[in-house]
Amino acid sequence: MKTDDLIGLLSNQVTRIDRGAVARRFARALLLGALGSVILMAIVYGVRPDLASIARTPVFWAKMAYPFVVAIGAFIAVTRLGRPGVRAGYAWALVGVPFVAVWLAGWLVLEGAAPAERLPIVLGQSWRTCPFNILLLSVPTFPAVFWAMKSLAPTRLRLVGAVAGLLASAIATVAYCLHCPEMSPAFWSVWYAIGMMLPAGIGAWLGPRLLRW
Amino acid sequence: MKKMDRDGAFSTLVSAIAAHHGFVYSEAPDLTHDASAPRTRTSGVVYESPSGRLANTGTILQEAENRLRVLFIAGLDGDPNAYRDFLQALTRHLRGYLRRRIPQHRDDVEDLVQDILLAVHNARHTYRTDEPLTAWLHAIARYKLMDYFRSRARRESLNDPIDDYADLLAVSDDEPAQARRDIGKLLEDLPDKQRLPIVHMKLEGLSVMETARITGLSESAVKVGVHRGLKALAARLRGLR
Repeated sequence: MKTDDLIGLLSNQVTRIDRGAVARRFARALLLGALGSVILMAIVYGVRPDLASIARTPVFWAKMAYPFVVAIGAFIAVTRLGRPGVRAGYAWALVGVPFVAVWLAGWLVLEGAAPAERLPIVLGQSWRTCPFNILLLSVPTFPAVFWAMKSLAPTRLRLVGAVAGLLASAIATVAYCLHCPEMSPAFWSVWYAIGMMLPAGIGAWLGPRLLRW
Repeated sequence: MKKMDRDGAFSTLVSAIAAHHGFVYSEAPDLTHDASAPRTRTSGVVYESPSGRLANTGTILQEAENRLRVLFIAGLDGDPNAYRDFLQALTRHLRGYLRRRIPQHRDDVEDLVQDILLAVHNARHTYRTDEPLTAWLHAIARYKLMDYFRSRARRESLNDPIDDYADLLAVSDDEPAQARRDIGKLLEDLPDKQRLPIVHMKLEGLSVMETARITGLSESAVKVGVHRGLKALAARLRGLR
């Protein structure tokens, strides 16, 4: 087919584009993915029994806010990077601020603790499993996010794959907060961060294959 | 260094657009679209020539950007004539851009032009009207060019290097060069749900409603079929590289 014929084919009967289609696809994917993570969390780990009382403490909401803000930042970043020629811009700050805040809070906690207590505070009760629990809860969100990304046109596939993986794991981490018994920022600053980075790494690895267009 | 490369490539495409538009585009066919022309952007930092050779380069590029944008945005709203004019103008720029980028592989230029046209079409909903169109187009052209380099490198690492000599003799100077792959043939291999809507709407020019009646599909299935079919065509073109 000659290029002129291709131009004819592409322009012939061209329909008006649906400007809301991408937003609807992301809304559907993220809601279903998050729902999947919550259900998986409830079945595999169980909602923590004292959730009703713990939900009245500010620490619980600070813990929820940490992955939640990371998810918002990662969402803005992927939806910007998914459009050719657009940079993520301020979205990087939104991704970075929660990590920095939690690291600072964790450092303050450790500063105030006796040297012998510091390591037990960081390790908590669940350091061995926490990152892998988050990885497992990312199983519903990861394909959901990548499916939504197929409606955009990313040009930096490895980077976008990493941020999409981070978005998936940050949503999974919000779900995990409903189970996780750890209440120290020193714990979150290490193990939550590792848990969120694992799917981001997998996303960077698979991005060039899954997102090519 | 990387950033400089990108900016260099960017200004190449931009000057290609300027070179064509400053002169070729005087035959601008559709004056009615100017009524819906977007507000002129005055910030123009990205359009300025880095060397500052021409004082009015910024203005010319701005005009090229504005003309293409008006046509493209009318196309997004479903105006086939404006969209065809946009694709034709873009094709001229792409040929110039690619001939300079891959002078040693002129045979591949027309294939790549078609790849990029299809990619621009399939990604057209990702353009945000508050961003410069030139940056959006350039990012797509650059992405497809990099993809081409990658698959070429992979292919050459598998093949006997003697092929390079054959390439040297095979250079032809046809203008516009022939595409080597035939999109029309690829189209025949698509499943009916995608092929029939494309054949009736895009080749025969029937409306969505008429196509729905002939094929027995719903109107939304017709639109989805066209959309998915064109995406599948792009994927098959990729597979052939």
